[in-house]
This record gives sequence, C-alpha cells and structure tokens, in this order.
Amino acid sequence: MLVETESETAKLKPAVGQPEGAPVVLEGLTRQFGSTRALDGFDLRIAPGEFVALLGPSGCGKTTALRALAGFERPDRGRVLVDGVDVSAIPAQRRDMGMVFQSYSLFPNMSARDNVAFGLQLRKQRASARRKRAEELLELVGLSEHVGKYPHQLSGGQQQRVALARALAIEPRVLLLDEPLSALDAKVRADLRDQIRDLQRRLAITTVFVTHDQEEALSMADRVCVMSKGRSEQIATPSELYSQPTTAFVAEFVGVSSRVNVTRSGDSVIVFGTPVKVRGGLASLGTGDLDALLRPEDVDVRVAHDGMGIVVHRSFLGGTTRLEVGIGGETVRADVMSSVADTFELGTRVDLSVNARDVLVTEQRPLI
Amino acid sequence: MSNPSTSDTRPSPEGVGGGLDRGNTTMGALVRSLRTGAPILPFLVYVVLGLGIPTVVIFNFAFRSGTGQLTWSNMRLITTGQYLTGFETSIKLGLVTAIIPGVLGTMLAYAIATSRREAPKRIVAATSGVLANFGGVNLAFMFVASFGFVGVATKWLARIGLNPWDHGFNLYKFSGVAFVYMYFQIPLMVLVITPALNGLRPAWREAAENLGASSWRYWRHVGLPVLMPSVLGSMFLLFGSGFSAYATTEALTGGTIALTPIQIGAILQGNVLSGEQNIGFALGVGMILILMASVLAYSFLSRRTSRWLR
Amino acid sequence: MASLTVEDFTTSEPSVDPYSSGRARRRRIHWGRGVVLVLGFAYFVVPLYAALDFALQNIQGGFSFSPLTQIAGQPGFGSAIWLSTELAVVTMALTMALMVPTTIYVHLRMPRFRRFMEVITVLPIVIPPIVLVIGVLQASPLWLKSTPYLLALVYVVLAMPFAYRSLDAGLGALDLKTLVEASRSLGASWIATIWRVLVPNLRTALVSASVLTLALVFGEFTVASLDNWTTLPVWIANSSTNNPHVATAVAMIALLATALVLTVIVSLDRSQSRRSRRS
Repeated sequence: MLVETESETAKLKPAVGQPEGAPVVLEGLTRQFGSTRALDGFDLRIAPGEFVALLGPSGCGKTTALRALAGFERPDRGRVLVDGVDVSAIPAQRRDMGMVFQSYSLFPNMSARDNVAFGLQLRKQRASARRKRAEELLELVGLSEHVGKYPHQLSGGQQQRVALARALAIEPRVLLLDEPLSALDAKVRADLRDQIRDLQRRLAITTVFVTHDQEEALSMADRVCVMSKGRSEQIATPSELYSQPTTAFVAEFVGVSSRVNVTRSGDSVIVFGTPVKVRGGLASLGTGDLDALLRPEDVDVRVAHDGMGIVVHRSFLGGTTRLEVGIGGETVRADVMSSVADTFELGTRVDLSVNARDVLVTEQRPLI
Repeated sequence: MSNPSTSDTRPSPEGVGGGLDRGNTTMGALVRSLRTGAPILPFLVYVVLGLGIPTVVIFNFAFRSGTGQLTWSNMRLITTGQYLTGFETSIKLGLVTAIIPGVLGTMLAYAIATSRREAPKRIVAATSGVLANFGGVNLAFMFVASFGFVGVATKWLARIGLNPWDHGFNLYKFSGVAFVYMYFQIPLMVLVITPALNGLRPAWREAAENLGASSWRYWRHVGLPVLMPSVLGSMFLLFGSGFSAYATTEALTGGTIALTPIQIGAILQGNVLSGEQNIGFALGVGMILILMASVLAYSFLSRRTSRWLR
Repeated sequence: MASLTVEDFTTSEPSVDPYSSGRARRRRIHWGRGVVLVLGFAYFVVPLYAALDFALQNIQGGFSFSPLTQIAGQPGFGSAIWLSTELAVVTMALTMALMVPTTIYVHLRMPRFRRFMEVITVLPIVIPPIVLVIGVLQASPLWLKSTPYLLALVYVVLAMPFAYRSLDAGLGALDLKTLVEASRSLGASWIATIWRVLVPNLRTALVSASVLTLALVFGEFTVASLDNWTTLPVWIANSSTNNPHVATAVAMIALLATALVLTVIVSLDRSQSRRSRRS
C-alpha cells in the first residue's frame, strides 16, 4: 500500500534547478546479433515526464531498445539523445538513468536499505544522510517494516518494490523498467502496476516500460509503442491503439480481432453485404484479395431465419458474452450484452453487420 | 522464489502390521519408520561396520595405555615433540595448499567463466575433473621423474641456469610436497568454485553499473562479498584434502618428512617405541578432530552461499 | 554479454572517449588472462611431458621404448595387476549392489533421509584413509586380514561418496516417482521396474559411478601398502629402485589411462544431461 502524504512526495521532488523528467529521443537504432536484426531502424520520441510502454512479442526488440537506452547495448547505427544531448558514447555508469530489472537484481549481500542506498553511497553521500533517504524511499513503496531485511527474506513483489526504490534513489532523469512484473503472481502484479504508475505520475519522471503483456501496457502508459521485428508498428495512446490500429499486426496483437474476406467497392469494401469505408484509404493496398479486421464490439448480431451465419460458440465474459459466428467459411467474434445472450443459442442463424465508422483493411495472408 | 518442496511421500504399509503401526502413538510412528527404513538396512549395517566400528576402535584405543587402562597420556603425548611438529607441519601444509591453490584456482576459474567461447570452458571443466582425481603414487612418480634431483625438467632448467634445486627447492621436503599438491588442489578449487562464479547474476553487475558503479566498485561491494563465503568454504575443503593426504607424500619422500599422516604410517609399519603403542590411535583422533572442525566450517559457509546464490 | 564492460581489478577512470579506453582496458585484460592461462598450462603440462620423456629412456639416458617392453617381465608386475583387477571387480560389484537399491529407495520413499545420506558421504573426508586404516586393522579379525578382500571391503567405504553422488545426480534428473508409478501401474514387479525401467535410464550414472570406483581402486595406495598387499600402486612404489624408468612408465600409463577413462565419463555425462533436458 502506498503511503500518500504531501511531505513524502515533496521530499522526493528533485532539487530546484534539476530537470524533472528529460525528453528522450531514440533515432534510427539498429543492432544486429549474428544473423538476427534485433533492432531495425527503430525511432521513438518521448516527452519529458511521459510514460511510454514498449509492447511486443518476444524477439521484437523491445528489450534491446531499452538496453540501448540504458547503455548496456551499443547500437550498430543510430543515436540516443537525452535532453538533447547525444549519450550514445557515454557508458551505462554515467547515463543517470534508473533501471528496474525483471527479477533478482537486488544485491544479495545487502539489506533492503543498503540496496537502496547503494547509488547514494557511490555518490559519496554521508552514511546518515543516505540511510535516511533510503528509508524514506522504502516507506514510499510501502516497505518501512522491511528495511533491514535481506533479499532472500522478501517476496518477489517486495523485491521489485525495493528495486524500484533503489532506481529512484539516484534521482534519475529517465526511469527504465524491463518487464518488472513478469515474474510475479497476478494479484501482486496488479497491485504493483498501480503503485508504479502513481509514483511515476507524482514524480513526473520520463519512464520507459517494456512488457509483452498488453493489459499492462494499455492500463499504465500514456503512449504505447507496439514493436515487431525491430521496428515500431504504431505509437499511439492506448485507446487509439485499440480502436484505430493502423497495421494488421497491431490489430491482431492488441485486443481481439476477427479476419473477414472482403471485396472492393469504390473506395469502400463490402463487409457482410454492406459497404464500409476503409481506414486510411485503399490506395496503399495492392490489387490482391483483402481482409478486414473487426473488433468484437464493432460487430452487431441479429437473429435471422435466413441469416448468413450460425452461432458456433458462446463464452460468458461477465457483462458481455462473446459469440463465435461461422459465416462464409470464416469465424467472426462478436460481443453481445449478456442479458440478451440467451437468444443466441448454439446453432441459431444470425446476420452480422459492422457498427463502426471505418474498418482496418489489410492484404490477405497467404495460405501457409 | 519459493523453494520447490520435495514431496513428502507417506509410506503406505502394504503388509499386515499386527496393528502396531496404526494410530498416532510414538510406538506406531517408530514401527512405521522402521518398516520404511528396512530396505536400506544393508547399507546402514555396512556403514556401521565399515566406518563406525573402526572409528569407535580408534577412539577407544586412543585413550588406553599399553596395558589397557584408560589414560590421557597418549593424547598428551601427541601434543609434544615430534608429534606436535607433525601436526604443525601438516596444518601448515594444509593451509598453504588451501590458500595458494584457492586464490590461483579462483583466478583460473574466473578467467574461464568470463571467456566468451564455449570450447575453453568445456575443456577446462573436463580437465579439472580429471586432474582433481590425480594423486598418490602415480603423481609422485611423475614429479620425481620431472622435477627430482636428476629429473628431466630439472635438467632442462639447469641448462638455462634456473635449476630450482640451486635456489632452495627440494622436491622431497615441504616446498616440494606443496608444489606437487597444487597439481590436484588447483583443479579441485576450479571444480568447486565454478558453480559459485556462475551464480553471480549478470543483473547484479548491470544494476551496479546502472547506479554508477565502476568495475572495481562492483567487485568491492557486491561481487567479492557474495563470493567470499564460497571461496572460504572451498578453501576449507582444500585444507582437508591437503592435511590428510598420505599416498602422494609417502611415495614422494619415502616417509622422511614429519607430517602426521606419515607418522601414522610409520607406526603402522612397526616403527613404534615401547610404551607408545597406542600413539597411532591418538594421532588419528587428533586428525579427526581437526578435520571435523574444517568440515563444519565448510558446511556453515556453504549454507550461507546457497542462501545468496540461489 | 558482449555489451558488458570488461571486468577489471584496477581503478582507472575512463578518459574522454570512454569506449576507446574500454577497448584498451579490454586489451590489457586479454593479455593478463592469456598470461594466467599460459602459466597454468605450463604448470600442468611440463611435468607430464618431462615424466613421459623420463619413462621412455634406457639406462644410459637415451630415448628408447625398452622400458615399455620390459614392463611385463618385471617381477611381481603380473600378480600386482591381477590383484588390483580382482579387487576392482569385487569393489565395483559390492558398491553397486549396496548403493543402487539404497539410493533409489531413499529417493523414492525417504526424501528426508537424503540429508543424512549426504552426511554419510562427507564422513570419509572427516575420516581419511590413513586414519580409517588404523581402525580397520585393529578391529578386523585375523582371518579377514589374511585375505586381500579386506581391502575390497574398505574400498567400498571409500567409494561410497562417489557412487552416491553419481547416482543421486542421475536419479535427480529423472522424474523417479512418475516413472515408477507408470511402470507399476502397467503391472511390472519391483525387480522388473528397477531392471527394465530405471537401470537403462541410469546408465550414465552407473557407468560414472563404476568407473570412479575403478579409478579409485587402481590408484589406492594408503590402505593397500599399510595392509601389506601388493596392488599395482604398491608395486610401482616398491619397484622404483630396480628400474626407475620402467616404474615411471607404468605410473604414466596408469595416469593416462585414468585420465582417458574419466574424460570419457565427463563427455558421456554431458551428452546425457543434454538429452534429458531436451526431452
């Protein structure tokens, strides 16, 4: 539980004259390991105090990008700029960034307090001062009763909170988090998520958060950068990412999508018999077959005796029920209110229609 | 983070137990555990016969005079004169062949562990396993043939004016024996310390760097403190090995050096003064006590290590 | 790993271009590490080479294979090798018969006992051979002392830690409980389970344990010499005065044979663990 008092937060504010959060620019980062390109011309601009999540499947380059920012990876090409200064040649030790690692990064031979105070010890602060500061930070992350404990005496969630306090102790310009919640239980993860976000908002530190869990990214970040194969697919706010995905990858990685074969009609496509506008226009798509990517909440379902589709599956999700409708050889997921779900028994014939301003259309995936 | 708990399989009594093993009585528990333990009885019996009885015999005779009476005289005697010298030299030998190979072995293991290519690591791992088992007569002969007074390597070095024998080296005395012991002590150290070195997580290194630590400060504040229990513990292991070795030294020196194991050997071969028949047993007790202390120290330190280097 | 700055025991601060001084530091470390490895290599190889040189000399000191050819003809050599072999076989059989069922049973039914087993295997360190032998010689009845098989009985005690550690590691890599339950549920008896299911899966551990026992017996000098039996190592030690070249030759052959055999185990071990990890 976070302790929320003005005085505690005030103690944490950086001294007058120091930047709170610094703007960060990653420019054209490229990094190759043997034959794999971990980063392939990766660009990202982060505003001061912004919380950006790097989201993507394993191997997409998100961790490499973070480590390049931290100074643990030297990119083959490209630059890293912090507050306008090119830090590419500066080693990790002197980049003034705080990093929280995935797990087990606390020094096992030091207590929680000493771990947090370590950065201050390196900066030659006096023992009493750094002890006090360490304890303040640990109180902020809710661990005041555990200051003297050693890492092996702390749970995973507690260890990560200490790691967070340790990273913040040096008052970094940028806070980096490398999948810090992945190794934790679901409940602990949810709690820590909120704590991290709250803390970050109050301290206004520029933060980069790497994760493969879209729920985490969407719930925590100001903006999310979806990555794939070393490049960014889309950089947008969570809601934009969800409702307006610009590429098929994003549409299918973030949230649930159904693929439906569609035919052209002017500058629209025919979906379930009705023309719908195409997001971004048809110009960029070739002449081949096209698919539309539909979100379950954008698909309306209507019972119809001569309907084109049949309900083949139902999943109760709480407020909504997700129907899987077989139509034209494909499966489309559509959400309906659970209160009316009874009308859609398995085998019911239904008609579908699109309830959105436009749809995301992409080239059809080649068969295997 | 939680330790996987070994499943505690409850033994299911398959036969009839006459009811003795049922219920929650201590009798029931005893009978149950006896029945569970029955199959390993042969092993336990062997240990008792092969290890237990000889040990009891040693302790018994250590405290008996030549006529069978209980006495402290044997134990008192071994703390004087040549026997005291023997213990002192043996302990010194154990320490020297624990500390020097300990440091060298750690450095060697570190050089290997941090090398980026797989091949050297595998070669060194295999070689260490082999060399750590060298010892005894064969090793002694190898060194006599190479570094003995008329050894082949001695002659090579003499040709370039660096004959070690001219500079105080004597294969058949303390320095020589220690020199030979290094041959198996160093690989033993490499074997024992490598898992601990591999237990140093890269995340610690990176976290330290991220917080602003240089290489040196990382080692000073994190690396060495974490490794130290392991290194010390392993050195205790090496001490035990160097302190109690007999075969190598006997083959090398022919029994002419004043070390406790050698003295025990001499007594067994009949070189006993009258009235001191049971000295050998007393020496044995002395060695057991020293080794027990060493093993306890090792065990304490390795428990520390496993807590940190999970 | 490539991105980590190089470990260094000095306190040099990076100069203006940190990466180039990092490279310079790296070069210094490669140089230092190289020296360590070369010296290490020299210490371990030079005696080996020199001893081989000595072993292949005739009386006059020139190179010759004659020590090798003379080995078989040396007095007592044949019976020494024979004795060592006999003892090795008996020891291996006894050790396996004792340790295999015990270790399997402890793994299966008495997991808490494993700590006790580990203590037992540490005991031979606390009671080294030189100490054990005085107790054994005192406690053994005369009829036992008059046969060489007393040695085998002692060797079993010395071999226990190695055998236990090998078998323990081998069993730890298997999901023992599941295998046994599967086998038993399909109708196999205990003997069949052990023989047909467990032993094949423990092949490497068994080979490893057997070979370590073999190496131990063939190299054991302390107990054999003090019990006055001429095993191979005792023979080597005694014959050094007759013909040192021959004695050294035998010692070197013994060393190299041990090394060869142990290397084979280590590589077997590695491929086995790789296989079980993949499955």
